[in-house]
Amino acid sequence: MRKLLLLSLIVVVGVIFIARLFYLQVYNEDPYSLYDDNAIRKVYDYPKRGYIYDREGKLLVANQPSYDVMFIPREVKPLDTLEFCNLLKITKEDFINFYDKAYRYSPRLPSVFIPQLSRMEYAVLQEKIRKYEGFYIQKRSLRDYQTTIGANVLGDIGEVNNYIIENDPYYKSGDLIGKQGVELSYEEVLRGIKGIKFIQKDRFNRDIGPYKDGIYDTLPQPGKDITITIDSELQKYGELLMRHKHGGIIAIEPSSGEIIAMVSAPSYNPNLLVGRQRSRNFSKLYTDTIAKPLFDRSLKAQYPPGSPFKVLSALIGLQENVVTTEDQFSCRNGYYLGSRRLTGCHSHVSPLSMNQGIAQSCNAYFVNVYRRIIEKYDKPAEGMDVWSNHIKSFGLGDYLGYDLKIGNKGRIPDGDFYDKWYGKNRWSSTYNISNAIGQGEVETTPIQLANMVAAIANRGHYYTPHIIKKIEGGPIDKKYTTPNYTTIDKEHFEPVVQGMFDVYNSGTAYNLRVPGIDICGKTGTAENFMKIDGKRTQLTDHSIFVAFAPKDNPKIAIAVFVENGYWGSRFAGRIASLMIEKYIKGEVSMTSMEDWILTHSLENEYAKPYSGQEFGINRQSALQVIDKIEKDTVVNPITTRTSILNQ
Amino acid sequence: MQREYKLLNFDWITIALFLLLVVFGWLNIMSASHTGEINDYFDMSQPYGKQSVFILFTLALIVLILALDAKFYERFASIIYAVSILSLLGLFIFGKNVNGATAWYGIGGMTLQPSEFAKFATSLAVAKYMSDLQTNMKTFKDQAKTVALIVLPAILILLQNDAGSTVVYAAFFFVFYREGLQQIYLVIVVFLIGLAIMALKFNVVVASLVAALIIFGHHFFGQRKRPQLIQPIAIVIVAVAVSFGVKYFYNSILQEHQKDRISLWLRLEKDPIKLHEMKQTILYNLNESEKAISSGGLTGKGFLEGTRTTGKFVPEQHTDYIFSTVGEEWGFLGSALVVILFVGLLLRILYLAELQKSTFSRVYGYCVASILFIHFLINIGMVMGLIPTIGIPLPFFSYGGSGLWAYTILLFIFIKLDSNRINEW
Repeated sequence: MRKLLLLSLIVVVGVIFIARLFYLQVYNEDPYSLYDDNAIRKVYDYPKRGYIYDREGKLLVANQPSYDVMFIPREVKPLDTLEFCNLLKITKEDFINFYDKAYRYSPRLPSVFIPQLSRMEYAVLQEKIRKYEGFYIQKRSLRDYQTTIGANVLGDIGEVNNYIIENDPYYKSGDLIGKQGVELSYEEVLRGIKGIKFIQKDRFNRDIGPYKDGIYDTLPQPGKDITITIDSELQKYGELLMRHKHGGIIAIEPSSGEIIAMVSAPSYNPNLLVGRQRSRNFSKLYTDTIAKPLFDRSLKAQYPPGSPFKVLSALIGLQENVVTTEDQFSCRNGYYLGSRRLTGCHSHVSPLSMNQGIAQSCNAYFVNVYRRIIEKYDKPAEGMDVWSNHIKSFGLGDYLGYDLKIGNKGRIPDGDFYDKWYGKNRWSSTYNISNAIGQGEVETTPIQLANMVAAIANRGHYYTPHIIKKIEGGPIDKKYTTPNYTTIDKEHFEPVVQGMFDVYNSGTAYNLRVPGIDICGKTGTAENFMKIDGKRTQLTDHSIFVAFAPKDNPKIAIAVFVENGYWGSRFAGRIASLMIEKYIKGEVSMTSMEDWILTHSLENEYAKPYSGQEFGINRQSALQVIDKIEKDTVVNPITTRTSILNQ
Repeated sequence: MQREYKLLNFDWITIALFLLLVVFGWLNIMSASHTGEINDYFDMSQPYGKQSVFILFTLALIVLILALDAKFYERFASIIYAVSILSLLGLFIFGKNVNGATAWYGIGGMTLQPSEFAKFATSLAVAKYMSDLQTNMKTFKDQAKTVALIVLPAILILLQNDAGSTVVYAAFFFVFYREGLQQIYLVIVVFLIGLAIMALKFNVVVASLVAALIIFGHHFFGQRKRPQLIQPIAIVIVAVAVSFGVKYFYNSILQEHQKDRISLWLRLEKDPIKLHEMKQTILYNLNESEKAISSGGLTGKGFLEGTRTTGKFVPEQHTDYIFSTVGEEWGFLGSALVVILFVGLLLRILYLAELQKSTFSRVYGYCVASILFIHFLINIGMVMGLIPTIGIPLPFFSYGGSGLWAYTILLFIFIKLDSNRINEW
């Protein structure tokens, strides 16, 4: 018995030790990774971020060096604070503040002391920084915009957030990443791959030397330059025309799907989001909930499309063989069901055939066509589905698949939609005739409308719109060079295109003709409402216009959307015509039309809902005339905004 | 069956285990102490170079020990003990202070630590006294005398401020128990340890109450024949006194760092700020050593490849914390192997001790096993955070000449005694 005490203790202790080792080394241990080992310092070498060029090869975005003063609180040795503060142009209180804040964050990790020194400041400091132990200068690369336009297209870069760091092992705290626009869409192409050096540390956090003589170290791979499809001249012109208006313009090259211009108004100068002022400016832009400059209206704004939608009703009517180009429908200032007027219309010659139906934008004509389409089938849901599928083949009602990361689906109702709404088969075409004229349940975004026009311009197919034209050393995604076909046969397009041509020749856009260019277009006006103090209030109609030109071999398809601009040809139509002329001719001859746009503002209109007073809309609303906008001024919504509110 | 050649009488299994530990220890010392390229295994400016020399000396020492007559050790046990005590006393005059302990003699560029050698000297003395025919370990008088043999060097070492080495002398309890110490002492030791831990972890009142409950419970329900009530009452009073004593000892006598180690081990500190501070200071070693061990995973990072070892993250890694190097570079497989080698060596010594015909050899063998076991238990337990930090080396493994020689002498005297058992009756 007595022999057993030590013997059993030895065995028990041995077993406990092995169990403890198992717990520490096998059970409890994440797989070893050099990246997580805090005995190894990882030094990243950031590659040059790719440049961005426009379709003409003009440089839009380059890089500029920036210098941050960094420090590791624990390693800071007593120093001549006064001299140091003078060098950095800060007060002693600032110094103590920065130091304490960083120390609380972590005494061991590097923190930014002063971000983004200017080149001059850097030059002065560079000589002397060695004197101050614990401080060093870290070079970073910031974007250098060569232009003041296209903020929504180009986007910006900023520090990665925690969510990304946790989900993508590539990014480390402090790394920069594309936040919006093409910077976001082509982040992986533009950023390149950073290089890494592993350095063995000792327990005092000092470097001993390269880990294993650097066999795991990698060199940075520079980011690739990209060329985008934007024509910066046209983009600039579009942004100029959209000053003091809210809305969006999308221009697409129908033969390729390339986005030539993508204007969202109000816009801002992309340089605002670079450098020391970035976060201050960003929060100003972000908190402007009235103008919403960060909201890309060209991609995200979802409105009822209004009359441009009518051309689709005509095309479907022809495809479904329920109407011929010769069929005429009468209009008595509206469409009547029995004695009830379902929709109004302006006064024009009656009855009308298809060509003039489009040119005069007759509501009654398209309601008739729409009813014939739906009622061709036994059940309304069936007819509705057929209609819906035709519409959707134009890229409406769902994400288009373009290479920018934001957007909206829009809405194209189908049979199910109304079956749920009213009950199965408890409705008929007369319940939703406003779909025929682009009102009611139908909603689209400007880029969807532009794409729809491109499909009509191409007589039946479209290329998925895209912003990328060339990636250095590689082709672009094949899906952007493969045509998507609509469900409408090619031969049905000619009469409709002719109708759109006559919109300019003899119809609602007669005053917008551009000498020497055959433009096909369609005006649109959409009612809209807003909740003010909980009350649904109607605001001045949105002004909408779609067009493509020239009629044969079209080079540009465009959709213009101006919030509260009233009727289609008033703001949107003028802007569309000017844009088309600018793009095709390279310059604008219609100076009076241009002057009109540059001297009229809608800011009053936008201020109305926030004024707290009663206000008139549409006809009761007076146009605001302003001094002509200088062409070369830079838009800055941060100051514009305050000026509106002060008025 | 008499063996022809004496040489073959040595227990080669023990010797093989010993050599494996020494060589593996040396490799790990190399890892833990190298800075950059290793060109010269005998580079005297580096700990691993010195250890190479120490090992060569050790081999010479082994030859010497095995060459001497087995009876020499028994005969000269008292003299060796006396010399050892004198060398400990001499420290008060000539001692050199390293890390707060006056436990070294400085000879030229080398240092010698007599407390390491006192371990085998005391073992010899204890074996000699116990094997004396006139000694009866059942009597209190002889028990007290034997204890005095152990307490003398222990107190001298404690006075030199080397508390870690003092704890090792507790190992002799196993020897006494094996040689016939009454069962009641084992009960008392276990009872007192439990009482001390309870008094610290909870408080004195709880500890006293639990003690009283156990004792009276035993008194009323455990025994058929009840002695007088006075006896359990006396025990309870003693127990209460011990509880208070432990508390007093902890609060007033222990030094701050010793107190902190115990408080951390028993999870006494609840204040998160103080706890955080402790992690930066006294827990630092333990934290780093646990991290190094865990980072080794199943198979380790490989010889000379440990990032935390190369970065010298664990202080004292080549001496007391050498096992963390094993953990990091050789992983679970390597460290478990070291544990198995030690367990194997200890069991082998125990087995041989039981085979001895002479009491002297048996007691000495038991001393060797007990002392090595305490080192093994405390050192590896400490490095893995199982017991409070007590700074003693891992025998054969840790860097250090005095230690290596002392444990070698300790072990090889026994191997010599064992080889001679055939000639004894």
